[in-house]
Amino acid sequence: MRAVIAEDSVLLRVGLVKVLEAVGFEVAAAVGDAEALLTAVEQHAPQVVVTDVRMPPGFTDEGVRAALMIRRQWPQTAVLLLSQYVEERYAADLLSGNTSGVGYLLKERVANVDDFVDALQRVAEGGTALDPEVVAQLLLRRHRDPLERLTPRERDVLALMAEGRSNTAVAESLVISDSAVAKHINSIFTKLDLSPADATHRRVLAVLRFLEVG
Amino acid sequence: MSTSALRRMLTRGAEHAPWSAAARQDTLFLAAGVPLGLPALSVMAFAPTATFGPLVALVLTLVCLDLLTTAQRTRIRRLRGLDVPGRLPVDAGWVARLRAGLTWRQAVYHLLAAPLFAVAGLAVVLAGGAGLAMATVYGWAFLMPHGSALRSGAGWTSTDGLTTAGGLTVLFAIPWLSAWLAGVDERAARALLGPNRTELLERRVEDLAESRAGAVDAADAERRRIERDLHDGAQQRLVSLAMNLGLARRTLSGVQPDAMQVIVEAHVEAQAAIVELRDLVRGLHPVILEDRGLDAALSGIAARAPVPVRLQVDLSTRPSATIEAVAYFIVSEALANVAKHARASRVDLSVEQQADRLRIVITDDGVGGADPATGTGLTGLRKRAASVDGTFAVASPLGGPTTVTVELPCEL
Repeated sequence: MRAVIAEDSVLLRVGLVKVLEAVGFEVAAAVGDAEALLTAVEQHAPQVVVTDVRMPPGFTDEGVRAALMIRRQWPQTAVLLLSQYVEERYAADLLSGNTSGVGYLLKERVANVDDFVDALQRVAEGGTALDPEVVAQLLLRRHRDPLERLTPRERDVLALMAEGRSNTAVAESLVISDSAVAKHINSIFTKLDLSPADATHRRVLAVLRFLEVG
Repeated sequence: MSTSALRRMLTRGAEHAPWSAAARQDTLFLAAGVPLGLPALSVMAFAPTATFGPLVALVLTLVCLDLLTTAQRTRIRRLRGLDVPGRLPVDAGWVARLRAGLTWRQAVYHLLAAPLFAVAGLAVVLAGGAGLAMATVYGWAFLMPHGSALRSGAGWTSTDGLTTAGGLTVLFAIPWLSAWLAGVDERAARALLGPNRTELLERRVEDLAESRAGAVDAADAERRRIERDLHDGAQQRLVSLAMNLGLARRTLSGVQPDAMQVIVEAHVEAQAAIVELRDLVRGLHPVILEDRGLDAALSGIAARAPVPVRLQVDLSTRPSATIEAVAYFIVSEALANVAKHARASRVDLSVEQQADRLRIVITDDGVGGADPATGTGLTGLRKRAASVDGTFAVASPLGGPTTVTVELPCEL
């Protein structure tokens, strides 16, 4: 798979290139700002883009704006945003419109290479990856009304679902059986008036829709 | 009369003898006031009409206020050794100056007191001259032409004796008079030329508020600089290091198990260090606060709080950076307090702007009984609020709920 990386810190850029190449991605370009990112995407038509949020020249949300533009112009390109902190607006902006193949992780997560690669592969294949802190904040804003009807365990399951995890991954994470997870999910869908959906990212999007983000 | 009383009288008399230093100083002081008071007097006296004169004098005085005041202050400092405080720098600009009480008090001194003391000073000098002339009448009366009123008959008359006695009396009385006049002048100058106690205190309060705001801002800026340095330096390096270790852990094959164990441990340590450093940086000054404002930053701490938080932020504009930081840390500490002591199951947190005040209300459904007198956490909150002139209140009956209300100014 072809990837383009945008990260202004040389140290991290080199590290990301190494990690992506080590797990079988072809890094077509590694750039240091949003403008160069857009040029590289146009030139190389990558399957996935990994980009920092805060980049020159303004060091604010250049990466988010570039990501939104990429998703509008090249809907086939998956985008994984790396941010220094959680900002719900970024997640909300990113998840609105075309909704497959998006990810939003805290930058420091790249230190855990295995988790990062999992998330990246999920996103590249059209799935979703949201940082647990992003999910926690999204839940925070909306834990009123129907969400208050969820049991704490169902809330845990929902949070993991929102991160983009599969049933098996949720089961592993909570140390319960797959069937117990399925039961919880059905219960959540019922309580939240959502019809059960098949694909992993669909569930996430349904959840996020409900959270009034998407 | 006892001897000691007599001695005291003689001492005081010597202090005010015409030849004493005090007499010379007081008279000089009054005499120096004459050229400073006479102009206003002459403008008032010789202007065309009675109402026009004082008006012209007033306008001229106001125009030359600083010049006159400086001259008077110099006179008082040089000849009385007293430093009258100067004009306050806050009274800048004409409107502010015309509204300042000090301006009008100074005008009163220059227009009324100074001319009065100028006349008095003139009188003292003239009286002194006359006294000297009278006291020495025997020395010069014979020089007067015959038939002059000043030259009486044979010279040694009783009239001349009386004149001498009168002159001496005047000469000895004048030091007392000038001492008194100089004292009154000095008191008037002190009361009218410089700022009064209230104005001095106001100025002090303003100075203190300004310097404290500067200190708070400087501390805040310093924390931000350290945060920036850590982020650009150590944090990036640590993440890069952990990434390399993670990569080694994932891709290296054929490594001795114990060598791999070392890599794994190093990777785990590096990740732990990243988390610790991140928490440290968040405690210094979270980047999100600077970039995205209070709402976004508070969402972060509310989401990380161990107790469920319902967050309501209503801000139409961003408060100043320092106020944002103070508000952020107050909420952060308050939530930490709740987690530590309240045994609460939920927290309601609201931040709203009311005119130029930022109102933060944190309510938990815990056990209550929080006492700001004993709780160090609450004391910390109070201090943070006070550092920017904010208010802090706690209501925490036993059994709960506990409500902490903090109000901060939006601008420092």
